[in-house]
Amino acid sequence: MTLTILAVDDSRTMRDMLRIALCDAGFDVSLAEDGEHGLEVLSGMAPNVIITDINMPKLDGFGFIEGVRRSDDHRATPILVLTTESGADLKQRARAAGATGWIVKPFDKDKLVDAIRRVAA
Amino acid sequence: MDPMLELRQTFFQECEELLVELESGLMAMDDGSAVEDTVHAVFRAVHSIKGGAGAFALDDLVKFAHIFETTLDEVRTERMEATPDVMSVMLRSTDVLSDLVRAAREGESVDQERSQVLIDELAALSGVSTEPQEPSEDEVNFAPVLLDFDLGDDDDDDNAEADSTDAVNAETDNAEDAEAKKSFIINFRPKPELYANANEASLLLRDLARFGDVDATCDVSQVPDLDGLDPEGAYLAWTINVTTTEDKEALSDVFDFVDGDCDLEIVSGSEDAVIAADDGENAEPNAEANTEAEAETAAGASEENDTEDNAEEDVIPAAEAEEPAIALVEEESEAPSQKSEPTEAVEAAAPAPAAGQKSAEAATGGAKTAGAAPATVRVDLGRVDRLINLVGELVINQAMLAQCAIDAGMARESGVESGLEELKHLTRDIQESVMAIRAQPVRTLFQRMSRIVREAASATGKSVRLVTDGEMTEVDKTVVERLADPLTHMIRNAVDHGLESTEKREATGKSAQGEVHLSAAHRSGRVVIEVTDDGAGINRDRVKQIAIDKQLISEDAVLSDSEIDNLIFLPGFSTVEQVSNLSGRGVGMDVVKRAIQALGGKITISSKPGKGSVFSISLPLTLAILDGMVVEIAGQTLVVPLTAIIETLKPDASDIHTIGSDAQVISIRGDFIPLVDIGSTMKYRKVTADPTKGVVLSVETDAGERCALMVDAIHDQRQVVIKSLEENYGTVPGVAAATILGDGRIALILDVDGIIANTSEAPSYQETPLAAVG
Repeated sequence: MTLTILAVDDSRTMRDMLRIALCDAGFDVSLAEDGEHGLEVLSGMAPNVIITDINMPKLDGFGFIEGVRRSDDHRATPILVLTTESGADLKQRARAAGATGWIVKPFDKDKLVDAIRRVAA
Repeated sequence: MDPMLELRQTFFQECEELLVELESGLMAMDDGSAVEDTVHAVFRAVHSIKGGAGAFALDDLVKFAHIFETTLDEVRTERMEATPDVMSVMLRSTDVLSDLVRAAREGESVDQERSQVLIDELAALSGVSTEPQEPSEDEVNFAPVLLDFDLGDDDDDDNAEADSTDAVNAETDNAEDAEAKKSFIINFRPKPELYANANEASLLLRDLARFGDVDATCDVSQVPDLDGLDPEGAYLAWTINVTTTEDKEALSDVFDFVDGDCDLEIVSGSEDAVIAADDGENAEPNAEANTEAEAETAAGASEENDTEDNAEEDVIPAAEAEEPAIALVEEESEAPSQKSEPTEAVEAAAPAPAAGQKSAEAATGGAKTAGAAPATVRVDLGRVDRLINLVGELVINQAMLAQCAIDAGMARESGVESGLEELKHLTRDIQESVMAIRAQPVRTLFQRMSRIVREAASATGKSVRLVTDGEMTEVDKTVVERLADPLTHMIRNAVDHGLESTEKREATGKSAQGEVHLSAAHRSGRVVIEVTDDGAGINRDRVKQIAIDKQLISEDAVLSDSEIDNLIFLPGFSTVEQVSNLSGRGVGMDVVKRAIQALGGKITISSKPGKGSVFSISLPLTLAILDGMVVEIAGQTLVVPLTAIIETLKPDASDIHTIGSDAQVISIRGDFIPLVDIGSTMKYRKVTADPTKGVVLSVETDAGERCALMVDAIHDQRQVVIKSLEENYGTVPGVAAATILGDGRIALILDVDGIIANTSEAPSYQETPLAAVG
């Protein structure tokens, strides 16, 4: 089964990078450019895994995760947080917000794919 | 294109945008116009640059962006106040950051010293205002934890083949070399939070199975009666026996994501533990999770097949990734919605026209949505230029067609005329639209100037504020690009020569901080860019003396104020005796003037002693087409740019007055305006024509000088395509360019400013200011 991934990041470079890496790995990829947009895109799809950045305009990663977890359709969807910081408190906060796991930037493709496979049912 | 190259290009393009955002955000914070989100946007900009730079291993950039970001975070979280001093460091850091970006893009080396200075300043800032260990702790966190991640996923870093080899190795190891294996007992009890965050116990067990033999026992003793069962509760626990070649760390890494959301204990076990795992078969399939876990883990325990399956599962997708470049290309061509944003915008807009683009995208359901930045398309500039040239030809062709219709004596009723009229409108619309493709707001240009001001200010030790106005004014891209150098020079001049030193300013009762005002505006078909300073104004006595010393003018020359001001545009003029390290680099205002003229523009000065100077650049909106009035003079057809013409009139003999031997003025509503016969100026005829027999065009130069031009007749008013004469003939006084008329004849386009300057009694020094269009 082809996994569908929703990736949310405000940086165009990062979105492109995610798209290329994920398409390469054989996933279906949808992209959104901030948390608000992410929730909009999500309302029309059912991804297997969601990847999100934290620092984003309009609605940041934490807000986005909370939004996902509030929705009946997606509360059980695994969410991976993309982060440059890997401080323990940031992980704690991500987990408190409902993130399933995290990927430390800069990521390489294998790590990314591995993290997705790890949380994808 | 190579996806990595393309990605790199995207990154640097995004960097440019982020830098602009960063700088404008910081400037807004600096002048107090910042809104709540500004500081966050500024932080994000640096953060995104850092993130991207990390992916491309641009270490210098990452290092600098990181410390910059750390300091910005202090401001963002309001642990540090954005004082002017802080903002100054931030702005200078932005300059360094943009240098680093450029260096990274061009592969150049960077000024390590300069960035180190800023790194120290930034570190000092973030260090002083908070507990000193905080930023450093952050820094310590940044790199090592990254490494930590590497360690944990060591195997996964290898490619697919290595992965599968590992799995195979694990099997062979198991059969032949059991001694190298260690066994661990893991006690794992998930909490409800684990499931709430969409983690799955069964997936973790599956993950563990990759490391070797897994034997899991499910503890169902905590499962309550159905009545007391919370569907979202966590009642199951596992005792997992793993036999693996991996160490404990690798195992605990599997539980990295759920650390804290479960009770976890990993202990080194013995062979006994393996036997104990038999109990696992008694586990009842009470809960869903249990069933799943059993399916996964029981299989793993009894046979090695599972390991194999898992290995395969890992191999397949990874193997697909063997040919990254090709895969990407195929992916893109198969999925047009991913390929380019415009396509997507069109697609998305169709089903839900009323909704915004984003919600429209959402409405298309599971459709793949690529990044939804404002839909843009990158086009080779050569293509745009070709289009512009073609539109130019279209304009000519349309004029020729109109001429043909007239010559053929087409009846008005035939509809040809109205059709041609419509064609004319369409042609004009097309022309404007095509021009708009090339148009760019001057914003980026202006933002570069703020840096120039900062550098000039710190080099001269003056305190200067740059105020900009009309940043969104759009100008042809070429113009924007070619304005950068002259404008830089003018700004430096304004700071260096225009503004007085702080002491002098205070002594004359001015504010200590000087102000340079940079504005852009559309004014009657042209773009006017002004550089205004509130300095001392031009010291005319000194300027005149220097011009005399340098033998640019004769000693007895009688010059008006504005003529003296214009002396600074003369080649070889430099007002500063002591060459400062800023302006005096052998480049004078004459170079600026020539650069502006090369763009078909004019530069003028007005200066008030003690109040400051205004340098005004006036540029044509487009370099290709102009609206002109077709006139006839002594049998010649000429084109007068419409932008210069104020009005046309048939003069009365009583309005004409002769001054001196041959100079004439015309009285227009009480104003006396010099009357110029173009025919004799251009040497088409020897005798000045009788003004009352022709038509007079009242024109105004860019400098605001008025003049009346005598022509024999007005034929038409139309768009003409500018064909430069300069390339082929050099500069011709009084002629800006040429054009081809509808009937195929060639007509010269008059340079109104040039004609007026030529005919007014020019002082001996005056360089003939000719517009050079091209």
